[in-house]
Amino acid sequence: MAKIQLNGKKITIKQKISLFDLLKKYKLEKKKVAIELNGIIIPKDLYKKKEIVNRDKVEVVHFIGGG
Amino acid sequence: MIKKNFLKIANQNLKSRLIVGTGKYKSFKETAEAVKASGADMVTVAVRRVNILDKKKPILMDYLNPKKIKYLPNTAGCFTSDDALRTLRLAREMGGWKMVKLEVLGDKKTLYPDMIETLKSTKVLVKEGFKVLVYCTDDPLFAKKLEDAGASAIMPLASPIGSGLGIQNKVNISIIVKQTKVPVIVDAGIGTASDATIAMELGCDGVLVNSAIANANNPILMASSFKNAVISGRQSFLSGRMKKNYFAKASSPKKGII
Repeated sequence: MAKIQLNGKKITIKQKISLFDLLKKYKLEKKKVAIELNGIIIPKDLYKKKEIVNRDKVEVVHFIGGG
Repeated sequence: MIKKNFLKIANQNLKSRLIVGTGKYKSFKETAEAVKASGADMVTVAVRRVNILDKKKPILMDYLNPKKIKYLPNTAGCFTSDDALRTLRLAREMGGWKMVKLEVLGDKKTLYPDMIETLKSTKVLVKEGFKVLVYCTDDPLFAKKLEDAGASAIMPLASPIGSGLGIQNKVNISIIVKQTKVPVIVDAGIGTASDATIAMELGCDGVLVNSAIANANNPILMASSFKNAVISGRQSFLSGRMKKNYFAKASSPKKGII
């Protein structure tokens, strides 16, 4: 198991899952989101390749109402 | 920038000169209805963390289709250049948005923009190929610096964000309009429809409104009122108003008085 931080919350996930798998887990794979992994923006075409490891910090953002 | 019927910002043509924000509404349904009533082609949106605890919660895009209405990602809530750049780079990754609204705030109480950080961010974003609409103070000098740095639109505040105080410094807004070649859009502080008309009569190219619509008792009716106010102000500006006189001039001829 890997302990990671997702959007500021500590969660435990299976070892070596990809960013795409993580999105799927939260039903976000079809939504328009952007991902930052340890402070670096990851291009969409790398979501399936990029694996999450212990102590990674992941930020998943989307658009909300704003002025 | 006064002859065309549409508002051209960088390479985008907008039919409406009113841009509306999507914050502060009671529901997404109300947001969508107000946006529709406003006639706006472009809406501002914020970038925030996805709520990972609630998978079924509706999201803005379920109600406002970004294929039908242009999203203008903003950097609301950013107090440093680094935060603003991070936010807009994420927005670009999300769906290829190159046209963005930059705001870098300097003070929590007034939400006044930090112009030094704003100018710094504008330069970086322009270099990275962004089309930047810049929220700024109504200081003509900084407005000029932003234009020189490659801003796609200059967006001076009318008064503090969400204050509803209307245009507090018409002279500065006028100076900015006269000196600027890219569109000037009044952003922040508009309180009611007539404020938008005044902005347009001053020769502004557009108006950006959020709170004045969202916080009205009837936001949908207010959105429609703003639509008309902006059109009215624009037509009034293009018509060229009459001269002001200090004394009365009768409207009816004297000849033939009985």
